[in-house]
Amino acid sequence: MLNLRNFLTLPLVVTLAAISAEAGANTLINGAGATFPQPIYSKWFAEYASVNKAASINYQAIGSGGGIRQLIQGTVDFGATDEPMSAEEAGKVKTPVLHVPTVLGAVAVSYNVPGVKSLNLTGEMVAEIFMGTIKKWNDPKIVAANKDAKLPDLAIVPTYRSDGSGTTAVFTDYLVKASKGFEIKVGKGKAVMWPAGIGAKGNAGVAGVIAQNPGAVGYVELVFAATNNLAVASIQNKSGEFVAPSTASVSAAATGRVPEMLKNDFKVSITDPTTKGAYPISSFTWLLIPNEMSKVKGSAMIAFVDWALGATGQKMAADLNYAPLPKELATEVVARVKKLQLK
Amino acid sequence: MASSTHDVRRSDRAFKRGLQVAAWAILALFGALFWFLFMSAKPAFDAFGWQFYVTKVWNPVLDQYGALAFMWGTLVSSLLALVIAVPVSVGAALYLTELAPRPLRAPVGFLIEMLAAIPSVVYGIWGIFVLAPFLRKWVQPFLSEHLGFIPLFEGAPFGLGMMTAGIILAIMITPTITAITREVFRSIPDLLREGALALGATRWEMLRIAVLKTGAAGILGATVLGLGRAMGETMAVAMVIGNRADISLSLLKPGATMASVIANEYAEAGSDMHLAALTAVGLGLFFVSLIVNSAARAIIWRVERTGS
Repeated sequence: MLNLRNFLTLPLVVTLAAISAEAGANTLINGAGATFPQPIYSKWFAEYASVNKAASINYQAIGSGGGIRQLIQGTVDFGATDEPMSAEEAGKVKTPVLHVPTVLGAVAVSYNVPGVKSLNLTGEMVAEIFMGTIKKWNDPKIVAANKDAKLPDLAIVPTYRSDGSGTTAVFTDYLVKASKGFEIKVGKGKAVMWPAGIGAKGNAGVAGVIAQNPGAVGYVELVFAATNNLAVASIQNKSGEFVAPSTASVSAAATGRVPEMLKNDFKVSITDPTTKGAYPISSFTWLLIPNEMSKVKGSAMIAFVDWALGATGQKMAADLNYAPLPKELATEVVARVKKLQLK
Repeated sequence: MASSTHDVRRSDRAFKRGLQVAAWAILALFGALFWFLFMSAKPAFDAFGWQFYVTKVWNPVLDQYGALAFMWGTLVSSLLALVIAVPVSVGAALYLTELAPRPLRAPVGFLIEMLAAIPSVVYGIWGIFVLAPFLRKWVQPFLSEHLGFIPLFEGAPFGLGMMTAGIILAIMITPTITAITREVFRSIPDLLREGALALGATRWEMLRIAVLKTGAAGILGATVLGLGRAMGETMAVAMVIGNRADISLSLLKPGATMASVIANEYAEAGSDMHLAALTAVGLGLFFVSLIVNSAARAIIWRVERTGS
């Protein structure tokens, strides 16, 4: 009987110990949210554990929506999202939540057209392809933007993410700005009703469909496209240049946006930017940190953000194909995070 | 002495109590599950009423939801799976119980049952990287070119779609149907077979009269159990069905099932209504599975009573 009791109470004791660890030497901070930044976040949290032995941060990539829900319920200390919280969601949390941009990501338009090595597309064209109104690769509009390419008489198969995703949110956020028709017919969100094409699960699923179907085109995270060497299209930005996605062109999309960022608590969409050399389907990814935290957890969080947005952390991001924050922005973000209210 | 019998009685009672709790806990869990699904789905029922199950628009941006396309997808993919799996399974079971050389029966049966142990995500990956490209390259172009005039095979070959989902499901439910059918055939007394042969039946006639006919209800029960599994299958289907909330007769077109849409959209469901709509789809699936499984139980129960 005694053994049984021990057996039953052991997990409880362990849990209590984990909770009360806050009082002890090692602070455990729990977070949950977006899958998109998971590679860099897990790298950061692992590396940071050796920098600051007093704190360990545990992150579960359950999706932005799930992270926000857990933050609202108070089961995690911080969340993470690819899309700023909606007003409805913000109204449900107990303390105001700070949006802390950490790195930049981008959505790449990947394609499989035999014999075509580089491809230029305008936002309007991408929108029409995904609405099913441009049906063939040798459509006059595409040909006009790609004078040198030999575009075949091949049906276009648009491929989208079937699972709700921040990638879809960023992509549609851009298309809504780039095309009036898309705004009316489809709209933006993590899951939308696509008028044409087929849906595949996750970045890997979309990439699989593209690889196997000549004529297919789809959108994947830049990190994924870069690590898998997928063929990606250059997209025309507001200044008329066709820009390929890269860490530099994505960082450029955030350059010069600091005043606007400060005014809007860092909740700024940077798709379709006006900056020269900027890739138009770029976005921040944010940590969601409650403005009021306990002294122990809060100061650990501040120290972490300071480190992650500093030279070491941002270098790690670039190594994983995430675009680093522009320096002047990182400085402002760290300054703001240091003003967290600690109790 | 007296105190020791007293102890035994007490421990007996405690044991009985314990078993009672275990049994009722399962029922309570069932009730709690239903209650949870119903309460979480309520906003969707309040907003769309019963029409939720007869409209096909699924637009998270406008918060408009209807489950018809998913119900259609579940139905079509599962039926396709049955059409493929039942003849194969019954054939395999027949071979294993009646025709195969004795040393072969156990190992082959074991291997077929092993198919059931492969995780569904593995089937899904195999579907994406092996089955879908194969169908797109060798099977579907032929169907769409030569049989394209039949609505069933109309459209361009993508690889991913209803047909691929149906075939994957067929492979996944074959072991279930084979295993049960094999048991059904085994339970048929040899007397019937010997009788048929004694009356001058050929081997095929004996199989038809003594085995297939006698086991018909059992085969039906196995089929319905397979159907239940096919309808609930999530991961493999979500990976290969093409995920479009659309109703089309063509097997080459992408579709979506009730289970696949929940798996796809639940984690990132934005609005409360989206979440409620997904739970309402889950409730629908819960009921359909319940009905199918009860039907299977009833059939098997009847077989057991009349068969022995």
